[in-house]
Amino acid sequence: MSFPWAEHYTPKHPLMKWVDEKLPLPRFVYNAVGGGYEVPRNLNYFWNFGVLAGMALTVQLITGIILAMHYAANAGVAFDSVEHIMRDVNSGWMLRYAHANGASLFFIVVYIHIFRGLFYGSYKAPREMVWLLGVVIFLLMMATAFMGYVLPWGQMSFWGAQVITGLFEAIPVVGTPIKTWLLGGFAPGNASLNRFFSLHYLLPFVIAGVIILHIWALHIPGSSNPTGVEVKGPQDTVPFHPYYTAKDGFGVGVFAIVFALLVFFGPNLLGHPDNYIAANPMSTPAHIVPEWYFWPFYAILRAFTMDLTIPFTGIVLIPAKLLGVLAMFASILLLLVLPWIDTSPVRSGTYRPLFKKFFALLVVDVFVLGYCGGAPAEEPYVMISQIAAAYYFAHFLIILPIIASIERPLPLPGSITEAVLAKSKHKGEGEALPGMGSDLQPTGHA
Amino acid sequence: MATEVHGNEAVVSEGEGVRRRDFINIAAVSFAGVGAVAVVLPLVNQMNPSADVLAASTTEVDLSAIAEGQAIKAVFRSQPLFVRHLTAKEIAEADAVDPASLRDPQTLEERVVDGKKQWLITMGVCTHLGCVPLGAGEGENRGEFGGYFCPCHGSHYDTAARIRKGPAPKNLLVPAYKFTSDTAVLVG
Repeated sequence: MSFPWAEHYTPKHPLMKWVDEKLPLPRFVYNAVGGGYEVPRNLNYFWNFGVLAGMALTVQLITGIILAMHYAANAGVAFDSVEHIMRDVNSGWMLRYAHANGASLFFIVVYIHIFRGLFYGSYKAPREMVWLLGVVIFLLMMATAFMGYVLPWGQMSFWGAQVITGLFEAIPVVGTPIKTWLLGGFAPGNASLNRFFSLHYLLPFVIAGVIILHIWALHIPGSSNPTGVEVKGPQDTVPFHPYYTAKDGFGVGVFAIVFALLVFFGPNLLGHPDNYIAANPMSTPAHIVPEWYFWPFYAILRAFTMDLTIPFTGIVLIPAKLLGVLAMFASILLLLVLPWIDTSPVRSGTYRPLFKKFFALLVVDVFVLGYCGGAPAEEPYVMISQIAAAYYFAHFLIILPIIASIERPLPLPGSITEAVLAKSKHKGEGEALPGMGSDLQPTGHA
Repeated sequence: MATEVHGNEAVVSEGEGVRRRDFINIAAVSFAGVGAVAVVLPLVNQMNPSADVLAASTTEVDLSAIAEGQAIKAVFRSQPLFVRHLTAKEIAEADAVDPASLRDPQTLEERVVDGKKQWLITMGVCTHLGCVPLGAGEGENRGEFGGYFCPCHGSHYDTAARIRKGPAPKNLLVPAYKFTSDTAVLVG
């Protein structure tokens, strides 16, 4: 669906006209990311991150497919084949560093994309499905990243596989058989490495498929915007191309600069030296941590150090390990019900003074969790993780519903155009646009 | 309009009984379902450990070279195995603990072979998330209770390899083993 005033695709070249009649793919692209998709005129730079995430996925697919041409998924030679890529394959070092750091950048842009959605209420009706599919993409990304990190078969790879598959052991009764089934052995080994490689190659294409659904679901109501006020007429929107292809193009340029800085000047900044030691099943690295993008969740996992017992009887209801695992999964699955937890009818955080403060606290809280997740499992980090994990759940389950019922939001602008013009008036440009303003005012209020 | 209503009525009245077509639908879908399960089973089962992985499942350990107070790491099912020669003091420490006060209540006797109380044989796999605890090697941190210490998430095990502090839910696992002579055990 699109707005009725959106441009229709009219092929100019006879060849394109011929193609459009047989298979309307050019029309499909035009309506999805071309002049046929009408977008609110007031998007800020936070709206770049969807396109940037798509670009990061593309980088991962291209570098990954090339790396797979030189990598050998066998526990005996996997570590050496990665060193072979680094030292012998032409430009191999660059491809591998691009793939490793590309994963980090993918997570950075996706985290900003998620927090953009959290602040501007992008998860609220009618865009719940967009949000749900986004959470699915995030889960798939985490699985893909985890399995990719196992492939170099270094110490962190091996012990990461051991610890993450060990999570499933916490499930009562069937836990150990599930772990053995996942690994294809009693400990990570050749069978595990091979299946992780197969799935690491498959899942990015599944992600690409869910991204198509994500965009499809988005294009039914159309993009949200920083005011959270829905589009009311043609004056509120501009065509995606050239307006947002240009704006996204700028973001892509900045992204490329940051990417190049990481790959060429700090390729191991976000990695762990221990992963340059070949996997050794007999010795665990002294300080074992996952990649930085899992730290907040790792902190929640480790925050549970006490069993849940019936008081004064010592009967254990849920052991600490299972509690940690459940909490870690719950911290993500919680996002699936967020559209129904936050009952405030106002979408954008800009007009929610109380929400805005607690949103800032949530951001700080996630950074604290991230820091603790990367720190050793000792005091004071364990206690800080416990407080921060409790706050994380409290934010979504207690604070959000309370804010929704007691908050008095600021007055919303009548339309996107009204908000844009009010802003330019503040800057003293209003004088230049009196005619335009008065032209649009009636439709704005309509 | 009238014919439509008539048509609907016909469907409703036929719906009261089981039609031949309903039976064929259910039979066909059930048959396809059984077939689908039969196809999925091997697809799932191929993920389980293969015959060669299962074949390498016993380990023999020579105890003659392990001095009192010393421990060694062996390999059992491609995982570390701790074999420890307990000192009299360590045995006394383990016996002094009231089992009822433990997270996973067990006495030292239950974790060793009768008459071979000094030989503590356990998996070197932390029951929390599967790291290798420290304490079997020379000079390694043995934790607050003098047994083993897992550096990953800070689990402390005592001299009977029982969990005393930290997130691990169980004592270090004692695998099935038997003494083949006074100085040799067969694990698995």
